[in-house]
Amino acid sequence: MSDDIIEKSPKVNYQQLIMDGLWHNNPGLVQLLGLCPLLAVTGNVVNSIGLGLATLFTLVISNASISFSRHWVRKEIRIPFYVLVIASNVTVIDLLMSAWLPHLHLVLGIFIPLIVTNCSIIGRAEAYASRNAMLPAIVDGMMMGLGFMLVLIVLGAMRELIGHGTLFENAAVMFGDGAEFLTVQVIDDYKGFLLAVLPPGAFIGLGFLIALKNLLDGWLEKRKKSSVSVIPVAVENIS
Amino acid sequence: MQFKTDKSPLGGMSNVASVMRQVLYALVPGIAVMTYFYGWGVLINIVFSIMIALSFEAASLWLRKRPLKVFLSDYSAIVTATLFALTLPPLVSWWIIVIGLFFAIVIAKQLYGGLGYNPFNPAMVGFAVLIVSFPLEMGQWMRPQFSDGHLPSLLESLTVVFNGVTDVFNTQQWDAMTMATPLDDVKTELRRGVYFSEVLQTRDYGFISGKAWEWVSSAFLLGGLWLLFKGIINWRIPTALLFVLATMAFVVGWIEPDVHQSPLFHLFSGATMLGAFFIATDPVSACTTPRGQLIYGASIGLIIYIIRTWGNYPDAIAFSVLIMNMSVPMIDYFTRPRVFGETSGRKQ
Repeated sequence: MSDDIIEKSPKVNYQQLIMDGLWHNNPGLVQLLGLCPLLAVTGNVVNSIGLGLATLFTLVISNASISFSRHWVRKEIRIPFYVLVIASNVTVIDLLMSAWLPHLHLVLGIFIPLIVTNCSIIGRAEAYASRNAMLPAIVDGMMMGLGFMLVLIVLGAMRELIGHGTLFENAAVMFGDGAEFLTVQVIDDYKGFLLAVLPPGAFIGLGFLIALKNLLDGWLEKRKKSSVSVIPVAVENIS
Repeated sequence: MQFKTDKSPLGGMSNVASVMRQVLYALVPGIAVMTYFYGWGVLINIVFSIMIALSFEAASLWLRKRPLKVFLSDYSAIVTATLFALTLPPLVSWWIIVIGLFFAIVIAKQLYGGLGYNPFNPAMVGFAVLIVSFPLEMGQWMRPQFSDGHLPSLLESLTVVFNGVTDVFNTQQWDAMTMATPLDDVKTELRRGVYFSEVLQTRDYGFISGKAWEWVSSAFLLGGLWLLFKGIINWRIPTALLFVLATMAFVVGWIEPDVHQSPLFHLFSGATMLGAFFIATDPVSACTTPRGQLIYGASIGLIIYIIRTWGNYPDAIAFSVLIMNMSVPMIDYFTRPRVFGETSGRKQ
């Protein structure tokens, strides 16, 4: 069986896992997976954090359980199995949120159940969790989830700032009544720029974020090239 | 990711400049009539828009490391800025113009690769962004000259544009100076259940569609006909657009009499003439095949009628042109003319 090959996987490079999830293979900026919630929910920071956390938990739990059960699931039925696992996780998170964060649950609405269809989750299950041990799978899920959440928050902050001139509007929905002090009116007497809050603003904003990431990558590449080329050799030795 | 795009149907750069200059000449009668009715605001919009558009164009060309002189002297940014300025209400604040032109020149034009590569009409992208984001500011049209009130002087106009209304006029004066456009007004009245003929009786709307608008539209029609005569634009897009718009108005008006605007009202109000002759005919973002141009123009006319009649916005040139811009590659693909020597039936 293919299990032999899987078990022979070399020592896990956690540093690379972290960098991949947060930057080099970021689900939102590089893989461009899960764009539907990414674009739909990022109208403000609080919604972004809410959906980001829900996605993060789903990723970690589904990666853990799929990695845990990877020896007993036959290859032929793995996709329906993933879907079942992810769907039950999401249902649990959906119910928990409606119990503990009812207002946030109301705001996010259909996008919580829709996490089931977020391709980045089934993508990680197939590409990583199903062929790696449990601990690296959990780390991978956590980092991918954090990377996704980071993009959500940055995009949400951009759109809220440009659209309404505030940050952390409705913080009470997420963190309870004590958190109202978090709301910041960044620009006083701001008239609002509706386009940023509407769907086109999400597309344009994400486009600019991806462009910014590519720009940064280009700069880093250039700096690496100009400095001495010892680093690649060192990396080869480690792995 | 880069989409493979065809070259602009226009020839070399000198050709572009002369075409764009002719378009500017053809806009002169319309601009003159608008200035006569609405005062300095129109000219301020145009001059300020051209300045801002050229700065944005120069900045993005510099960032993209393209030759500045060649692209700045082709007049394309000036035409975009002028068309954009003509769609704005006179005396609109300066920052609205800057935001609109940022989206028009930087995002819709330069980010897609500059002149000849923009899938959307830049001026209309700028206008659509503004009408979606700032409906209040974009809805305040001046009262045309001859209905009571006076037009603000040049100094007053400049102060309103750059400092804000409150520096010159109090709210009462300003309210007396602004009004909804006839297109907007008639639509509101029709929604309230007033018959079209009654609206025309209670309002002082000149011959067809408001004393200012019918003359402005006629002036743009004149400029458009001159462009047709000079062979700068093709007859297909404007004719199909106006024909379908008028036919729709006629047919719907015949089915449900007196609760819709008349065909003539549609043709001579809002930006119909400007849109048909100057905006829909943009050689970069419009269809290039003969049959495709007919389909393109007709669809724009149809969408204009649908949005004006059943939609929420009073006018719809920008949205219709943008929607059809999206369909241009498909229309062009399916209406390719048969190559000489090719038998009927397209090769797979």
